[in-house]
Amino acid sequence: MSISTPLSLRSNLDWLLRAASLGCALTAAVVLLLILLFLTQASWPLLQQPASLLGASWQPANGLFGLQAMLGASLLSSLLALLLAVPAGLLVSIWLIFYAPAAVARVYGAMLGLMASIPSVVYGLWGLVVLVPLLGAWLPPGASLLAAGIVLALMILPLLMVQADVALRESARRHLPAALCLGVSPWSAIRRVLLPAAWPRLWPAILLQLGRALGETMAVLMVAGNVVQWPGSPFAPVRTLTANIALEMSYATGPHLQALYLSGWLLLVLALLLMALARLYGSRT
Amino acid sequence: MISRNLIALACTTLLLSACAPQDKQTITLSGSSTIAPLMVEIGKRFETQHPDVRVDVQAGGTSRGIQDARSGLAAIGMASRSLHADERDLVPYTIAQDGIAMIVHASNPLDGISSEQVVALYTGKLSDWSDLGGAAGQVVKVHKAEGHSTLELFLQHFGLDNAEVHPDLVIGDNQQGIKSVAGNPLAIGYVSIGSAEYEVKLGAPIKLLALDGQAASTAALLAGQYPLSRELNLVVNGEPDANTRALLAFAQSSEVADLVDQHAFIPAL
Repeated sequence: MSISTPLSLRSNLDWLLRAASLGCALTAAVVLLLILLFLTQASWPLLQQPASLLGASWQPANGLFGLQAMLGASLLSSLLALLLAVPAGLLVSIWLIFYAPAAVARVYGAMLGLMASIPSVVYGLWGLVVLVPLLGAWLPPGASLLAAGIVLALMILPLLMVQADVALRESARRHLPAALCLGVSPWSAIRRVLLPAAWPRLWPAILLQLGRALGETMAVLMVAGNVVQWPGSPFAPVRTLTANIALEMSYATGPHLQALYLSGWLLLVLALLLMALARLYGSRT
Repeated sequence: MISRNLIALACTTLLLSACAPQDKQTITLSGSSTIAPLMVEIGKRFETQHPDVRVDVQAGGTSRGIQDARSGLAAIGMASRSLHADERDLVPYTIAQDGIAMIVHASNPLDGISSEQVVALYTGKLSDWSDLGGAAGQVVKVHKAEGHSTLELFLQHFGLDNAEVHPDLVIGDNQQGIKSVAGNPLAIGYVSIGSAEYEVKLGAPIKLLALDGQAASTAALLAGQYPLSRELNLVVNGEPDANTRALLAFAQSSEVADLVDQHAFIPAL
């Protein structure tokens, strides 16, 4: 091949792009694998005694490393966040697409983008300074499972709405005119046609946000109260796995440190399971 | 061909780098996990001034620090308390003071608290401010997470077992503790005296409670009147060598006062 061959016809460039993209893809996968390997190795001595990890009491000074209550708190706060955010997000998206005046919808859309880019610690700070005292005046102590759920819901809401917006618009473009031509009311069309048609794309979006809520650390640490216990009510303080790592990592040694690595391992495995579930569901439909 | 040359070059570099001089002196410190994070940073700063010295810090508790200093396993032991009578064979170098103040919201009418009241509160025997002479309202107890030195000192001073403490809010660092108490008129908590005084100066609505009649302040702490305190010591066995002496002097000097402040201790100058 001579030098004068046009750039677009040189097949070795094609090869280069392929190699570069393959290299990047492999690196990303290998890094994830290495993290998983490292966490498994670091928590291995404790992983071999699963009975002690399932206990409810966390007293590192006495060698008790029960993760049960904190795993429960992580799941409960994230599910509470979804419970608050998903219905609200879907309703706002529906209003935006079908009922809001075009100008309002455009401004609102821009605002959503802005909200999505606010760092989560800002939501946490707002929760600590405004939400927790408010809840505390109502039912002390204020820092609670409910506060964590609300802050997490606020944090995942913008991205959830952005993703729901894309899914619903696509579904409306395909099915809305046909449905309306059949004489169905807009409400019935949205409920019976558009939402079910958009569901396969909404569901993975919801799981992704669940993953974000599970992994959030600072915002939860600031508002959840961080007492290791199974909450008796939404107003009881809880400690999540992520908050536990952040609280105790800098001072932990020996088995205590291994227990914290194990918390990280548990979170990673949970996140991987969620992503696999989302992928599976997405590919099946 | 080029790749083979590259591999050869890489191998040569690796071999040559193995020949680098290894005559650095290592000063080993071991002991209290309270002091270890501070000494790691002091060590880093010391290394930049003395390139021929490496400072190795290992945490393992005060008693291990005493043991290792005695046996010679470590050049310097770290002890987060004053030395006992049977440890007089070691020489202590105090690098900082650590004290804890009980804090409440500024609107709280209480000015002082007794040790018995603190114990009764944190074990759940008392739960209302009216029991302490304040206005009615459920006390929100702010507690520290496991592993923090402030927690250790708090439990040790009041003779509490962490399993019998029933907190309403668990926090990590002093800042978060102060924010939590400042935002809740019903809260009580404990933080390092240094950081509490600093935040009060910045206008945080918190109040330092006198403990058993002794005012909580840096001045009272340095005068040795305030009960809830301890000294942070570096201990050595016998006569240290020149570099170790330099490190001890450096750790006590004003050059590291900013690091001591950052760790919420009070420089012992």
